[in-house]
Amino acid sequence: MLQVENLNAWYGRSHILQGIGFTVGQGEAVCLIGRNGAGKTTTLRTVMGLVARRTGAVRFKGEDIIGAPTHRRLGMGLAYVPEDRRIVRGLTVLENLRLGLVASPNRHKEAAVIDRIAETFPRLRERLHQAGDTLSGGEQQMLAIARALAADPEMIMLDEPSEGIMPVLVDEMFELFARLKREGLTILIVEQNVERALQLADRAYIVDQGEIVHSGLAADLMANPEIQEKYCAI
Amino acid sequence: MTFDLILLQIFTGVALGSIFVLVALGLSLIFGLLTIVNFAHSQFFMLGAYVGVAVLGLTGNFWVALLAVPLIVGAIGMVCERVLIRPLYGRGIDYPLLLTFGLGLIILELVRIVAGTEGIPFNTPEGLTGAMDLGVFFFPKYRLFLIAVTALILVALWVFLEKTPFGLIIRAGARDPEIVQVLGVDVSKVWLIVFGIGTGLAALAGVLAAPIRGVFPEMGVPVLVEAFVVTVVGGMGSLLGAVIAGLAVGITLSMTSLFYPEMTTLSMFVLMAVVLIFRPRGLFGRAGVLD
Repeated sequence: MLQVENLNAWYGRSHILQGIGFTVGQGEAVCLIGRNGAGKTTTLRTVMGLVARRTGAVRFKGEDIIGAPTHRRLGMGLAYVPEDRRIVRGLTVLENLRLGLVASPNRHKEAAVIDRIAETFPRLRERLHQAGDTLSGGEQQMLAIARALAADPEMIMLDEPSEGIMPVLVDEMFELFARLKREGLTILIVEQNVERALQLADRAYIVDQGEIVHSGLAADLMANPEIQEKYCAI
Repeated sequence: MTFDLILLQIFTGVALGSIFVLVALGLSLIFGLLTIVNFAHSQFFMLGAYVGVAVLGLTGNFWVALLAVPLIVGAIGMVCERVLIRPLYGRGIDYPLLLTFGLGLIILELVRIVAGTEGIPFNTPEGLTGAMDLGVFFFPKYRLFLIAVTALILVALWVFLEKTPFGLIIRAGARDPEIVQVLGVDVSKVWLIVFGIGTGLAALAGVLAAPIRGVFPEMGVPVLVEAFVVTVVGGMGSLLGAVIAGLAVGITLSMTSLFYPEMTTLSMFVLMAVVLIFRPRGLFGRAGVLD
């Protein structure tokens, strides 16, 4: 589904990604783990075309999209939930959800999609007309995920979904991810909560200083505390 | 000094303010989304009046001119955005500022070359001449019409922004253009259309002001100052601020001209200074935009 080869990215003069490469197969869940500042978030942002200076290849469903403008990706089936959730201030929960639909192929069946979302996310259903930025952190994360799913993407990229969220909601969220995976959604997840991420994922890549330093089955990595210690300890 | 007279001046102020509201709305809409301080805005206002003269000359119909002017000038604005301004995105606020400043001068000179440096008379359209008896006083019909058109535009703009999918994109794009792109929206198209709407509003204000202010190449010059006073008082990027401040500035001017005519022009700057002292971001401005 997604093949990333020799990805390089720069912020100003600093060379953040130095030849990252990885693949995500259809229906697979893959996680990127590593320390803060290793380049995980930048990897997702570069795949989305949000980092101005970038080289390498990003093939999504066979097509190289590295040079394509950001907005083309959702229509191709690639959704992205950024690290800080990006709930739009001044918009209600419902309007934030609608924003996930306005430019998607689902825009003509808004009512049906909103109904379905309300079923999946009962916490949001009660708060549809509340301002989006008044929700709790966990609810905002749910809203960001719901908004990304509104377009029925084939693949979703999640950046630190558990960050700053109550443990109960983290459980709920990872159950949701597991269910989405069973339903065929391809997932690429960046997570500080390594244990959770490895439980969800089929395979994992460890990122350090802008490079992939290790890759393998999630189960193997889980059984290998030394590697986790070496690259993920804070 | 009677109550009637004060009321009359308030009405006059609202009519005057209507023009400010239309000009400032366009300016604020463009700033809110594109973060561009459009120094050519007042020349689009002037261009609106001249295109109005041209359309009126061709068709003889004021109503056709009123409809055609914002469309024609809005289209010209879109060409300017696409060709001149777009390459400057992401380079900071000063590049488009200098560019639009130059663009304004070019528009002004082109109009002088094409239409001459003399003013052109613009008659009040038939049916809107004379005054109407409002019970307490007589009020010029054309100024009532001006207030009505502005109110209509405000309602239309509100419905467009609050009730349509495109309005939703505009509101979200003003806050967070990045997430809007992630959600599949081509923001460069949104900016193009918003620039067209903004310049179209300026042009509409220009043709509406023509019967009152007259049509001459420099007619935009004071408007630029007035529009900036209004946007600074209302808060850069705030549409509600543009409306409230536009009317406030209009009423301030007309009331000062009643009580202390020598101070009329100065009064709006006093208002701006007072607002800036107590609230540097303007009445409805967002934090971090200018303070």
